[in-house]
Amino acid sequence: MDKVIIANDLTLSYNNNETIINQCTFDINSGDFVFITGASGSGKSTLLKSLYGALAPKQGDLVVGGVGMKDINNKRLNFLRRHVGIVFQDYKLIKEWTIEKNVMLPLIISGYAKDVSEIQVQKLLTHVKLNHQLGKYPLELSGGEQQRVAMARALAHNPIIILADEPTGNLDDYSAQVIWNLLEGASSQLKTTVVVVTHHIPETMKIDYRHLHIEHGSIYEVS
Amino acid sequence: MKSLKNHFSLIAALFTILFTIQVYQVLERSISSYEENLRANYSIVVIAASNLDEASLKSRFSLIRSAEEISPEKVIKRLEKEMDKTSLGLLRASLPKFYRLSLEHYPQPEEIDILSSQLKNMKQIKRVESFSQTHDQIYKLLLLYKGITQIFAFAILVVTLLLIAKEMRIWQFQHQERMNIMALFGAPIMLRSAVLFRLAILDALLSAALIFATFSFIKQSEWIEPYFKDINIQIDIFRYTHDGLMHLGIALGLSVLLAIMLIVNHKEEV
Repeated sequence: MDKVIIANDLTLSYNNNETIINQCTFDINSGDFVFITGASGSGKSTLLKSLYGALAPKQGDLVVGGVGMKDINNKRLNFLRRHVGIVFQDYKLIKEWTIEKNVMLPLIISGYAKDVSEIQVQKLLTHVKLNHQLGKYPLELSGGEQQRVAMARALAHNPIIILADEPTGNLDDYSAQVIWNLLEGASSQLKTTVVVVTHHIPETMKIDYRHLHIEHGSIYEVS
Repeated sequence: MKSLKNHFSLIAALFTILFTIQVYQVLERSISSYEENLRANYSIVVIAASNLDEASLKSRFSLIRSAEEISPEKVIKRLEKEMDKTSLGLLRASLPKFYRLSLEHYPQPEEIDILSSQLKNMKQIKRVESFSQTHDQIYKLLLLYKGITQIFAFAILVVTLLLIAKEMRIWQFQHQERMNIMALFGAPIMLRSAVLFRLAILDALLSAALIFATFSFIKQSEWIEPYFKDINIQIDIFRYTHDGLMHLGIALGLSVLLAIMLIVNHKEEV
């Protein structure tokens, strides 16, 4: 099985030099559904940031989608990000853009033709049950709906990896369940690798998953 | 509505800068026109023992535009009743030659001093009258007027540039989030900045159009002309092509510079 993420003796820290992740080694295979858990401040989000290139490894190696993250240049980073879908707790939708345009963003960046993009966006918004809202703006939707838009955007360009940072942190139980179902669907139907940072693994998971736990800067596989 | 408000703040700042520049242009043109009037009315009087050749004077002194002989006949005619013909003939023969020298531009006091002393060095020239005291006063008044105008224009430019800097910070805040989100999905810098450039160019075009409309209106208004005519100044308040293109260039330059500075200062959130 292909390895999509390879971390070898990975050390992460911010500018203040306090080590957050210390010499960790792990890998994630293509199609894996992985939960990363840990206490607040343990370094879950920091690890995720390193996976989409917002934080460079201080030491060790990190390879994501075949791209080495150490000393990565902007061109390579943009290339990687065009193959990754990201979902955040605060949705990170562009407020002045309509739902349709928000979902279309990765397709615009990847240079898809407009008609192809429109069909894809329509399909995805139908998938997340928001096809009737495409002309609306993010702030006109509920939190749960905004997160479904963010999910549709993350799936739009058929990414090889979906990275989700506490995607249900701001949602009620029903909306959270909708998001888990969408993430499970991406993994089981599209065979996309999914890495989710969360405080709690939902009990309703229907698919097999891996569980990595971060504690005191180290990463453990929970069996 | 919010978008309109965002546009308005930059357009207002750009409009203020362009308006200040155009007002300064009008003042500069007024001063130049006034200077030209002074030049036309100013001349140096030279008294020479014999005839002066205009061509050789002009070739020797680049400041001299023309040399016109002042006829003494008016004075002689007044004496016709009091003197006989022989005395008048003798007077006419013994009178020196008077010349009025017109200059190329309104001279600085130092230029007059140099010209006067050089003219005095010529053998035929007996006396040079430059009316330097009157000239000095008018020239100093003109310089004072120019200086005050420049200080005033500079002060307005500083204030509006501060306004632009403040606007830049607002823009930075407004666009940072969108640029960060686009970066997360791998948008290259040009694509991330496209909206910013589009806004900057649109606002520049709108502010240049507003200035064009404002000064076209002022130029065509009937009330403005008499003000300038009263002080014998004839100027073009707004030259459609020259001034229009200049304002468009300045507005585009400033707003694109603003957008570039934002992009250069943009830091991705970690």
